[in-house]
Amino acid sequence: MNRELPRWADLALLPALNLLLALGVSALVVLAAGESPAAALQALAIGSFGSWDSVGYTLFYATDMAFAGLAVAIAFKCGLFNIGVEGQAAIGGLGLALVMLGLDSTLPAALVVILAVAAGALAGAAYGAIPGWLQARRGSHVVITTIMFNFIAASLLVYLLVNVLIEPGQMAPETRRFAVGLPPLSDFGFPGRSPVNLALPLALLAALAVWVLVWRTPWGYGLRVVGSNPDAAAYAGIDQGRRIIAAMAISGALAAGIAVNELLGSQDKLILNFTGGAGFTGIAVALMGRNHPVGVLLAALLFGALAQGGAELAFEMPDLPRETVMVVQGLVILFTGALGALFRAPLSRLLGA
Amino acid sequence: MTSAAPPAIECRGITKRFGHVLANDAVDLVVHRGSIHGVIGENGAGKSTLMAILHGFYPADSGEILVDGRKVSIDDSADAARLGIEMVHQHFMLVEPFRVVENVMLGAEGGALLKHGEAEARAALKRLAEEYGLAVDPDARVEDLPVGARQRVEILKALYRGAEVLILDEPTGVLTPQEADDLFRVLRALRDEGKAIILITHKLREVMAVTDRVSVMRGGKMVAHRETSETSAAELGELMIGRRPAAAQRPAPSAPGPEILAVEDLRVRDNAGVERVRGVSLALHAGEILGIAGVAGNGQTELLEAVSGMRAPESGTVRLRGEPITGLDAAALRRLGLAHVPEDRLRHGLIPEFEACESAILGYHGDPAWRRFLGLVSGRKVEAHAARLMRENDVRPALPRLRSSLFSGGNQQKLILAREMEREPDVLLVGQPTRGVDIGGIEAIHERLRGWRRAGKAVLLVSVELDEILALSDRILVIFDGRIVGELPGGAADERRLGLLMAGAAA
Repeated sequence: MNRELPRWADLALLPALNLLLALGVSALVVLAAGESPAAALQALAIGSFGSWDSVGYTLFYATDMAFAGLAVAIAFKCGLFNIGVEGQAAIGGLGLALVMLGLDSTLPAALVVILAVAAGALAGAAYGAIPGWLQARRGSHVVITTIMFNFIAASLLVYLLVNVLIEPGQMAPETRRFAVGLPPLSDFGFPGRSPVNLALPLALLAALAVWVLVWRTPWGYGLRVVGSNPDAAAYAGIDQGRRIIAAMAISGALAAGIAVNELLGSQDKLILNFTGGAGFTGIAVALMGRNHPVGVLLAALLFGALAQGGAELAFEMPDLPRETVMVVQGLVILFTGALGALFRAPLSRLLGA
Repeated sequence: MTSAAPPAIECRGITKRFGHVLANDAVDLVVHRGSIHGVIGENGAGKSTLMAILHGFYPADSGEILVDGRKVSIDDSADAARLGIEMVHQHFMLVEPFRVVENVMLGAEGGALLKHGEAEARAALKRLAEEYGLAVDPDARVEDLPVGARQRVEILKALYRGAEVLILDEPTGVLTPQEADDLFRVLRALRDEGKAIILITHKLREVMAVTDRVSVMRGGKMVAHRETSETSAAELGELMIGRRPAAAQRPAPSAPGPEILAVEDLRVRDNAGVERVRGVSLALHAGEILGIAGVAGNGQTELLEAVSGMRAPESGTVRLRGEPITGLDAAALRRLGLAHVPEDRLRHGLIPEFEACESAILGYHGDPAWRRFLGLVSGRKVEAHAARLMRENDVRPALPRLRSSLFSGGNQQKLILAREMEREPDVLLVGQPTRGVDIGGIEAIHERLRGWRRAGKAVLLVSVELDEILALSDRILVIFDGRIVGELPGGAADERRLGLLMAGAAA
């Protein structure tokens, strides 16, 4: 029987329980590594929210997670499992960097930044739309193609950075520094020193835009119909293929937000692997956030805190193997994302729904 | 009833509640070995719930089950199998790409290697085929078999697992009369071997033809047990619906208006590439209900899908008011005044996980009526629209924010009908409008369709329920194997001739 959970339990209690379980198992891991779980938790909390600096870093990482989570979520709403956020972000970064490298010394700063963001989004969208087209028109499953496209994007970036775009006379596979970038939030009065930048409000705007698009336009209604029930889409006269291609394009454009945050907001150049796996974490963010923009933002904050707090934890407890921190992060992803429904059945029995 | 041996199955006071629906209310049932026992009742009478409890699909809230006189608890289908209770579901539980013998072994593979189990299953299949006349090629792939043969595989599977009690849920719904006769022959052979057979159906003719005893359910209660030889179809029908059925209503002759929808030599393939509609032509006039009668699976589904714009036809033309509309999508057709109440409401008619008010705009979601500034969809307007539809059409509960899947089948159907009729389309395509709808709901839906016709609109009705076709149609076309094989006037249709045509037996 398909039981119904009350809304509050579904949206708040269930994720909270999953998080608690993840932390509980993490405590055992820390204990096994010979450290105090309480101290580790404290280091994690202080590391992520203990000072304005750490809050800024948490928000900076959360920005990556938010873009990645939104990208996965909108594809999910169309019934597509986009595992290619990494690759779409990388190609988005490439598009962005080409505009910066070409125009950053000739055009006014604000204009070139806007153009670069647009180019990044466009490049990401195009790179997402290709697997979408392959799925819609040729029946190649988007899970397979997006995984492959991640490799293609990574290889392309390596080739270009090593052979073409590398700064002359340097050894590191990086471009030269951009002359301008996105201003950090500290320019607008955000306290402390951290790379959190204008990409954060951009992510919030993107979340709002996704919500309006998916839940408040006829087009988004069609998107959700395709995602829930492709047969019903045919019945309603909704063109499934076009929705799939468009959803993948939007997903890719959102993925490029990672590049905006990392390259324009922090690195000021194109480097290898700037996504740092955020594209994959985005899957967990979307799962935990139930593919809803508000949920995605909250989950992004959690994963941002884990990324930042985890780094601090490794610093505070040098005896704790570095891998332990990754295990803790992995456990949170496992229990909140992949095993997100673990408590659903017992909880619905308990609540007598 | 005095009998030396205890009954194969005895249910005492079985009660099962879903939310505030009492699906089974202190139900008693006694089934003896060597008998075919019919359990009849309208949709929603509680037959399926009772059988699901017997088969361990869910537990009863109270009551007990005795097998061969011993009290048992059946927690899952493995328990049921151990007790020799097997079920042949209405929708077959077969692995289609597997061969027959592999399907029969399923769940009884017998060891780590398949070889031994397969040899055993093969031998058993041969024996069963001889014993009961259940011949199926063990190496045929299930997906290549016709429906009747697939059902035989299900029965063989049950027998191979040692079934002593065989439950068949609406087994003839998908069969031609010829296939149904074969099935009954097999059931009689099984009975003569001492098996107990429970036949769930709502077809009185079958009950009278094949059962020894019959139990009637209504509204979750067991209302009567009868020896088949001592009762009549008329009595059973009365017991089933709780009153004397109104003399089958036949439509008054209509004065059809001009031709409004014309289909010419339409050919349609299904997803597997099989040609399911093989050159169908028909004409639909304003002010008439045209019924398409036929056994399920003879192409009527694909015909409806092609005319409604859900599926592109292979060839042929469809004209609406003389204008060709072939190949237009469903949204375009709706704008032209051709609406569609689909056969499968959960797959096509609504989105189960959407709120009812969102399902109530499916297909009309671009309508400016629920837009506000910037063209955004207004949740409030969508909700108000659904609330009005629900009020005007007696959809219960009238909660627009409730998930679509939580409404009963009849109320879902009322909502879909309301949605499709709201724009007053000139042509309404209707597939299986009362499938899974309770009897009160059926009458309400039929009345709406009749009213529609009186208002001068045209209805193309596809139904596998003969009674429904007869009750509504001004003209009846019979579809068999993708072709129209006969046309009868609705008011005076000869049921026997109709039945023969549906079976493909008469030209």
